[in-house]
Amino acid sequence: MECEGLHLNIDYAGSSGIILSPEQKAALQTSLVILQNENKFNRVYLWGKILGVKDDYFIAQGAYKDEFAGRKTFYSKDCIHWGLLPPATAEMKKKSALAKGRFTGDPSYEFEHVETKKVGEGDDAVDEEETTIIKEEDRLSSVISEIDEDVRIVPRGAFVQVPTAEVVKNRSFEGLSVQEAAKLCNYMHFREAKRLDLKTLLQRANMDKAIDFMDSIEDDVPRGSWSLQFERGSGLLTLRSLQWPGYVFYHVPATQKYGSVYFGTGEKNQDLPFML
Amino acid sequence: MSEGEATPVPDAGVTGKEKEFLKAKSYLLTASTNTGINLYDHLSRVLGKILDERPDNVVDIFEDISKDSKRTKFTSDANTVQDKVDRSTEVALAQVQRKLFTKGSDDGDDDVAQDDEVETPLPNLMELCFFFEQAGIGLNREEMIRVWLALKSLVDNHPLQHVRFWGKIFGTEQNYYVAEVEYREGDEEEEEEEEPEEVQEDEAAEKEGDEEGEEEEIEEDDTPKPDFKPPPTVPKEDNRTGANKKTYFVCNDPGKPWVKLPLVQPNQITSARMIKKFLTGRLDAPVVSYPPFPGNESNYLRAQIARISAGTHISPLGFYQFDEEEEEEEEGEGRDHFVENIDFEGIPVRELADPSLGNWVHHVQHILPQGRCSWWNPVQKNEDDFEDEEEEEEREEPDEPTPEEGPALLAPLTEDEEVGNMPAWTPALSSALIPQYSIAVIHSNLWPGAHAFAFEKKFENVYIGYGQKYKSENYSPPAPPPIQEEFPSGPEITETEDPTPEEEAALRAAQQEAADAAEEMEEAEEEEDEDD
Repeated sequence: MECEGLHLNIDYAGSSGIILSPEQKAALQTSLVILQNENKFNRVYLWGKILGVKDDYFIAQGAYKDEFAGRKTFYSKDCIHWGLLPPATAEMKKKSALAKGRFTGDPSYEFEHVETKKVGEGDDAVDEEETTIIKEEDRLSSVISEIDEDVRIVPRGAFVQVPTAEVVKNRSFEGLSVQEAAKLCNYMHFREAKRLDLKTLLQRANMDKAIDFMDSIEDDVPRGSWSLQFERGSGLLTLRSLQWPGYVFYHVPATQKYGSVYFGTGEKNQDLPFML
Repeated sequence: MSEGEATPVPDAGVTGKEKEFLKAKSYLLTASTNTGINLYDHLSRVLGKILDERPDNVVDIFEDISKDSKRTKFTSDANTVQDKVDRSTEVALAQVQRKLFTKGSDDGDDDVAQDDEVETPLPNLMELCFFFEQAGIGLNREEMIRVWLALKSLVDNHPLQHVRFWGKIFGTEQNYYVAEVEYREGDEEEEEEEEPEEVQEDEAAEKEGDEEGEEEEIEEDDTPKPDFKPPPTVPKEDNRTGANKKTYFVCNDPGKPWVKLPLVQPNQITSARMIKKFLTGRLDAPVVSYPPFPGNESNYLRAQIARISAGTHISPLGFYQFDEEEEEEEEGEGRDHFVENIDFEGIPVRELADPSLGNWVHHVQHILPQGRCSWWNPVQKNEDDFEDEEEEEEREEPDEPTPEEGPALLAPLTEDEEVGNMPAWTPALSSALIPQYSIAVIHSNLWPGAHAFAFEKKFENVYIGYGQKYKSENYSPPAPPPIQEEFPSGPEITETEDPTPEEEAALRAAQQEAADAAEEMEEAEEEEDEDD
């Protein structure tokens, strides 16, 4: 969610239990502006909050002109001092998948994952223990990038791809109408398209190259992993992800207001197929 | 360049350049076969709009303006229909919610004044909302006001002694707002209690062998009777005791009518412990799961509410105490009654937020694995009822099952088990910058979404979440039961071949001989008798 007007926008996510205390709101308003100024970002977003056992992390992201490339992620425990998180590499993501359980709240904490392997053959087999150490900072960074990759969504038409392949905000985006907002196909994953090639030629003919360069969430597996609800009659639309519980996307139909935020424990819901 | 319409043959006097110009213009005037507009009119319109509005960086958004212009030209017909549909749901909900804001105007002013003096069971929800907001949990203020008014309408329509906003549970299609109430003594509606009792009687009658004298079925002896006797169902606890101590009302949206949830039964709690399902938001939705859940979503919701209340409703140490007059303690069963401590003076916030959690206690009874709060012995029932010989075998089978025990009421949180590798609760202060005025907040790690706060003499619990327990490992459904064995084969049911006609004839002949021999014997005896 954009940091301009944060104290108003967070109200839209309030019906999903996402609330910032007045102290936190005030602190964020101050510190995010400073962050934007220091790093020369085009835009700063409050990404959300990851709840740890002892303490919570607030996460903010700053973006330059091209929204797809070059996002920087920051974390903070008190909403005032922000630390840069290292970008997540594929190796970090693999190691982080091994760490299970909640975040502790201490960025220097190290998770240990022990795997026993049998080395040697037959009677000489010896159990060797392989310990992989995962730092909490790395795990935090990987989880954030995974959440972005899996569930970060925007309404269709909010971003356009310019002929130079940059992705920029669409200034003439006027919001989805109520009927359009009720359909899952009008929301797209904010990432490089993965499933565009799987569409049939007929579908591709109807797509608009500037707008439809991302995957829609309609084809997400399993079906039903998004919960779409209208609050206030049709005045506010909330999309909650059941795959990463705590991710909330809101949109006021027929206006430009939309945003998303994650307030959760940072754990994927592995049991989703059982629960639907 | 192609021409869609025939143009008048230009005069011979028109120059070549003008000819080219006219050709170009008529090309531009060609109407599109798809939409009926032509490029000339479209461009003139777009340029006219740009010159009127003069936006910044117009060359960047030129394509968008062009698109918009096309769109507006095209969809002028359907607008009335679209506009009509847009607002209706919002208006409908707003009208429903408006009723919340109007006072009941039937009685007039006198009664209203009286109501203000009488103690109302309605809690001061706005105050609680303020505290929750300091802690960063709960719902936003406008929603809390609506919930508060909905609770007020609940209080007006039912005779209630205590009312509490229990929390909000998210569903996939709709959400539930839950209110925990206690009826006034003696005012409870008893109609709904009869229904579940009747249902239970029917179920009991269907079971074989447990009720004497009620079976009127004539048993046919052809098929072997199964030896299986289903284990007796654990009876549910009475209203106002144990897991059914409080009654719960739910609604989907403030303003919509409150629906009372049925009493919870122990088998529902044990089933709910074994499955993991999202709620849909419709009370009559079936719960499709393995093991099959006995009931629909309203029962599942009630079971989850019971589990969450039993696991996460806590209060500062000393707020509640056992009534000193009641000294009767039944053997083995803990005390289940407590009263508010009038002399409670509040615990300093720093101690409440201490990680050792010694200053908080549970004030809801723990639910035993059986599904009840007080242990029910299944064997004892058998001894009273049965006198048949068949049932004597059963008496030998189970040894006295050991009574299940759980943590006692008002046990401190220090005795709570750890979840995964972390403590079951996370305490915190609401403000790190101004600790003198901050409140103590505590979050549950076992049921994510359960929170409690305490400040001086006030405290409150709330739950906002999906209604699921936290497990660090993945959920795996229980395995199906082992395959039932066939009836042991023995000579009675082993098939043999039918006798061949020759064998039958031989048998008949042998029987005939035996019969003849018998007749001769009888005749011989009769003759002897006659002779005598």
